[in-house]
Amino acid sequence: MHVLADANLRLDASPVDYALLAFYFALVLGIGYLARRQVSSSLDFFLSGRSLPAWVTGLAFISANLGAVEVMGMSANGAQYGLPTVHYFWIGAIPAMLFLGIVMMPFYYGSKVRSVPEFMRRRFGKPAHLVNGISFATAQILIAGANLFLLASVVNLLLGWPLWVSIIIAAVIVLSYTALGGLSAAIYNEVLQFFVIVAALLPLTIVGLVKVGGWQGLVDKVTNSPGGPEQLHSWPGDNLTGFGNSFLSVLGLVFGLGFVLSFGYWTTNFVEVQRAMASKSMSAARRTPIIGAFPKMLIPFIVIIPGMIAAVTVTEYIQDKPTLMEGGTAESGVTFNNALLLLMRDLLPNGMLGVAIAGLLASFMAGMAANLSAFNTVFTYDLWQTYIKKDRPDGYYLRFGRIITALGTVAAIGTAFIASNSGNILNYLQDLFSFFNAPLFATFILGMFWKRMTPTAGWVGLVLGTVSAVTVWGLSQAEILGLTGQGISFVAAGVAFVVDIVASVVISLVTTPKPESELAGLVYSLTPKETRTHESTGENAGWYRKPGVLAGIVLVITIGLNILF
Amino acid sequence: MSTESSSRPRSAGAFDIRLIIALLLGVYGLVLTVMGIWFTTDDDLAKAADVNINLWAGIGMLVVTALFVLWAQVRPIIITESPEPTESPETDVSKAE
Repeated sequence: MHVLADANLRLDASPVDYALLAFYFALVLGIGYLARRQVSSSLDFFLSGRSLPAWVTGLAFISANLGAVEVMGMSANGAQYGLPTVHYFWIGAIPAMLFLGIVMMPFYYGSKVRSVPEFMRRRFGKPAHLVNGISFATAQILIAGANLFLLASVVNLLLGWPLWVSIIIAAVIVLSYTALGGLSAAIYNEVLQFFVIVAALLPLTIVGLVKVGGWQGLVDKVTNSPGGPEQLHSWPGDNLTGFGNSFLSVLGLVFGLGFVLSFGYWTTNFVEVQRAMASKSMSAARRTPIIGAFPKMLIPFIVIIPGMIAAVTVTEYIQDKPTLMEGGTAESGVTFNNALLLLMRDLLPNGMLGVAIAGLLASFMAGMAANLSAFNTVFTYDLWQTYIKKDRPDGYYLRFGRIITALGTVAAIGTAFIASNSGNILNYLQDLFSFFNAPLFATFILGMFWKRMTPTAGWVGLVLGTVSAVTVWGLSQAEILGLTGQGISFVAAGVAFVVDIVASVVISLVTTPKPESELAGLVYSLTPKETRTHESTGENAGWYRKPGVLAGIVLVITIGLNILF
Repeated sequence: MSTESSSRPRSAGAFDIRLIIALLLGVYGLVLTVMGIWFTTDDDLAKAADVNINLWAGIGMLVVTALFVLWAQVRPIIITESPEPTESPETDVSKAE
C-alpha cells in the first residue's frame, strides 16, 4: 500500500490551492443536496426520472469513463508507450459509441428496460440475467475500489495522509452525494467534473508543450528517448500490444481492442448505458453517446500528450525510464502512473495547481460515483426486486437503493486494498473488462439480430465465454502463452467472443427458442420500425439533432485524426 | 419526454447545471486571474516555461463562464410541470436543451 511513498511527489500546495479544492467539494455536495429534491420515486433515484437533456447525458457518458483509470492510466500509457495509446480512444471507443447510439439504443430505450441486465432477462430469461447481474455488480465494486485507491494515493501525495484515511474520507464524500441525489447527482457531478478536468489538463498540456519547444520539440525529444520514434505514430502500435509483428498488432488492435473489447465495454456496460437511459427522449438517448464522442476524440490530446511530455522532461523519468521500460523498479521510486502528478509538480504555479488537484480528485470521485450508481440500480432492480423481495411498494426500493449504495461503498473500500497490489492499474482493469464484457457483447449482438437464439444459449454462452477469457488470462500470467503487454487482454477478449458465439449458435440449434410474441422490441426483425425510430419534431428537430448526421461527422473527424497521427 | 406514470409530487426544484458550471469556472477564473496579475513571482514564471499560466487559464475560464451564462439566459429551462401533482405524462422537469 505504499506505492508512492518513496518518490518525492509531495505537491507544494498553498492555501489558495486548498481553497479552490474546498470550493469544488462544496459544489459537489451542494449538487447532491439540490438533486435530492428531485428524487421522489425509485425511477428518479436510479434513472433520473428519464428527464435529462442530451448534452448533459452525453457529457456524463464520457465523464463516467473519464475516471482515475482513464486520466492516470492513459497518461501512464502515454509516458510508457507514447502515441499508440490513442487507439484506446479512436479505435477503442468512437466506433462503439456510434454503434451504441445508432443501432442498439433503440432497443435499450425503446423497450423501457431499467438496466442492461433487465434487457438480458427479457430476451433470455432468468439464468442469463442472474449471471449478468451478479458479474456486473461484482465488477462495479472492484472498479470502484480501483478508483478509490487512486484517489486516496493522490490525497496521500497532497496531504501526506495515510492511504486508509483518504480512502475512507473519499468514500464518505462520494457516498453522501450518490445516496442523497441518486443518478441525477452523479450525472450532474460528472458534467461538472468534465469541465474541471479540461480546466486542469488543458493549461497543463499547453505549458508542457511550450516547455519542450512545441510539437516539434516533443517529437525531437521523444525520438531521442528510450522507446524512440515508434512512440510517435499510432499505427501499427507494436510496443503497445507486445505482439512483435506489425500485422498481428494491427489485427489485435482492430479486432481485439476496436471490436470485441470496445464494443463490449461501450455497448453493454450499464455504467455507460444508464446515462443514455436517463435522457428524456429516444432522440436524446440516441444522441447521448454520439455527443459524447466529440469530446472523446479530443481527450487524448490533454491526457496522453502530458504523459509523453512528462516522460521526456521530468528528471526522474529521464533517469529511470530505461529501467521502467524493462519492467524494473525505478531508483527514484516513480512509476508511470505518476506521470501526470510529476508534470503538475514541475510546471504548475499555485493557483493552477489547486485547479489541477481538484480536476484529478473530481475525476476519481466521479468515476467511483458512476460505478456506485450503476451498481445500486442493478443490485436493487435486478437482484433484490427480481429474486428476493418482489412486489414491495416503490418507496421500499428507493430506501433499499440508498442502503445498498452505502453497503457497496463499504465493499469498494475493501477492494481498494486489492487494487493497490497491482502495479499498472490499467492492466488490471483491462483484464476485468475482457472477462465481463466481451462475452456479454457477443451474446447481446447475436440475441438482438437472431431471433432463433435460445435462453439456454444465452447463459451457457456467457459462462463459457467468461471462463475461456479467464483461462487465456491465467495461461498468460503463468507465462505459458508467451504474451506480454496489453495484448493479453486483446487475445483473451477475442477468444471469449469467438467461444461465446460458437457455443451460442450450437446450443441454439438444439434447444427451444422463446416464442416470437415475447421478443417484440428486443429483436431487430420482430420490432416494428415505429418503435425503433424517434420523434424529429419540436425539441428534436434540426439536422444537428439527427443521430445519423452527428455520427457521420464524428466518423469523418476520427478517420482524419488516424491519418494525421 | 418520459412516458412513465408520473403522479409524483415535485417541488419545482429544477436547478440549472449550466449555472453551477458557470459558478465554478467563474470563481476559479477570477481567483486565477487575480493570482496571475498580482501574485506571480519570477519563480512561478520560470517553473511554467515563462508562461503566466494562471492569468491565461483564468481569462479562458472567465470566457467560458460568460458563454454558459449567456446560454442559460438565451435558452432558459422550461418548466412544464404544474405546482400540484397531476396525472399528465408530460410533467417531467424539462432541463434546458
